[in-house]
Amino acid sequence: MEYLFYSLAAVALISGALVVFQTHPLRSALWLIVNFFAVAGLYLLAHAEFIAAIQIIVYAGAIMVLFLFVIMLLNLRQPEEELARPRLGLKIAGITVAVLSAVLIGMGLAKVVLKPVTELPVGLGNTESVARLLFTDYLLPFEVTSVLLLVAIVGSVVLAKAKLR
Amino acid sequence: MLLSYLPILIYMVIAAGLVGLIVLLSELLGKKKHFPSKDMPYECGMDPIGDARSRYHVRFYVIAMFFIVFDVEAIFLYPWGVVFKQLGWFGFVEMAIFIFVLVVGLVYVWGKGALEWE
Amino acid sequence: MNMPLLILLTALKITVILVVFLTAIAYTVLMERKVLGFIQLRYGPNRVGPWGLLQPLADLVKLLFKEDFTPPMVNKVLFIMAPMITAITAFLPFAVIPFASQILPDTITVYGQTLDLKAAGLNQGVIADVNVGILYVFAMSSLAVYGAVLGGWASNSKYSLLGGLRLSAQMVSYELALGLSIIGVLMLAGSLSLVKIVEAQKNLWFIFLQPLGFIIFMIAAFAECARTPFDLIECENELVAGYQTEYSSMKWALFMLGEYCHIIVASALATTLFLGGWQGPVLPPIVWFVLKTFVLVFVFIWVRGTYPRFRFDQLMYLGWKVLLPLALLNILVTGVVILFLG
Repeated sequence: MEYLFYSLAAVALISGALVVFQTHPLRSALWLIVNFFAVAGLYLLAHAEFIAAIQIIVYAGAIMVLFLFVIMLLNLRQPEEELARPRLGLKIAGITVAVLSAVLIGMGLAKVVLKPVTELPVGLGNTESVARLLFTDYLLPFEVTSVLLLVAIVGSVVLAKAKLR
Repeated sequence: MLLSYLPILIYMVIAAGLVGLIVLLSELLGKKKHFPSKDMPYECGMDPIGDARSRYHVRFYVIAMFFIVFDVEAIFLYPWGVVFKQLGWFGFVEMAIFIFVLVVGLVYVWGKGALEWE
Repeated sequence: MNMPLLILLTALKITVILVVFLTAIAYTVLMERKVLGFIQLRYGPNRVGPWGLLQPLADLVKLLFKEDFTPPMVNKVLFIMAPMITAITAFLPFAVIPFASQILPDTITVYGQTLDLKAAGLNQGVIADVNVGILYVFAMSSLAVYGAVLGGWASNSKYSLLGGLRLSAQMVSYELALGLSIIGVLMLAGSLSLVKIVEAQKNLWFIFLQPLGFIIFMIAAFAECARTPFDLIECENELVAGYQTEYSSMKWALFMLGEYCHIIVASALATTLFLGGWQGPVLPPIVWFVLKTFVLVFVFIWVRGTYPRFRFDQLMYLGWKVLLPLALLNILVTGVVILFLG
């Protein structure tokens, strides 16, 4: 069980790092999909099967399709060559930021006290319990979501309007 | 519960292995022969002009964007459908409001002509 | 039962099912050629074996020994990955579709040792009975779009890119209608598990309670499989062969495998959701399941032999302006009726 967790976590971290280190955006996007799968596996290990399914449907099945469309639409080729040879100043800045954030994260991690996870309540994270909470206690956020989605629709039309007409 | 996902994992491994084997076999079998006119992208016998990866219409992006929004809406409908009978009229009214707001969005994009393909 | 043995037995069960499934796919191709032949007053394949029954075998051998040509301008990794993604994502949804109630006894005795098959679910007529079965199906089929997008992009050919883009726009548009058409079924069954949905249809098939849902589901399934009348990527006079243009040999065959696999999975899913799944009188459950599924596969072929092709703007019109509002209406009407009838 723990081995499964650690191997999935390792896949998630490595693929996440590869997303950042690719020079071609399409390759980054593909590693991001691998990352989504690893995270979905982690949700599954936490008995949150509904969330795991949604992770794949929404992120891997819908949002990444949009990303791919945008990457292919822009056909980024120029930046790839520029990115391959960063200037000295950029390198120094990058290393400084990396070292500083590593120190910060290390200081944060040093304060974390590891506790054994208590047994999760049965059925937590399955569809019925998520649904019952979502449509009773969290009714207002749910309804506000519809307004948020409406804003997204309007926004995408406004952004593309000049081209559509 | 996790045990019920074990067969899916095994199924994925077997399916991927099978498909990989098919690709490998066809890579090994059969001849390989290159010559200049065969190496060109297929364009009905004409010499290709320009880059194949040209920019295309923004409509595709807009469709993908709408898809995300309505896909998220559909995601909310699945758990709602499961507990629908327990929630009763209360649940029905809240989902009716949710769907109404998104239908307003659909009417908006319809009216704006974003769903038209000339 | 210990873990290695469980994995071994599960793998064995899956292999047997997969072999049967692949054979079914191969013979669906033959069935299509035969049925189309009869619709067009031809014989169809009839040279290899009696009634052409060995044709799939001959096709397999032929395809394996064809030149597997990888054009030099392609992105090689993605070019190989795309057909693999299409085939794998087409196989995966079948894992949760129940094809019988029980295929093995609860316990079996091998060399004096009694194995408890029931505890691990090995005796069930489904590979994996998961609580979120229908979501799993949609999660896997939503990944099928990558095969088209990546295949079209990696080929580095104009027809491929256009075909890949069109098909992906088509697939995402109809995925919405497909997803929304089955909400009514969920409301009636109160579960996402396909096994429970089949059990909920013990007395009455959901097609009688959800006729509109069934029609929307089937139309959207035709579009998802890119079949006639929505086979725009096969629109030879416009796009040559769409994203498959630069493919040959078994890589091309994997796209075809994916297409026919999609047809069978869509038919099996429609059977499970609307036609009572494996349930039926007298005959054994698995026979009922195969019978119902292949009636729907026949409908797929029949439609191909009958209808002309849609234009792309008509396709988008139907998906967004007809099926999507109808699916939402179906949900609300179903809700009102269920609540009034208690």
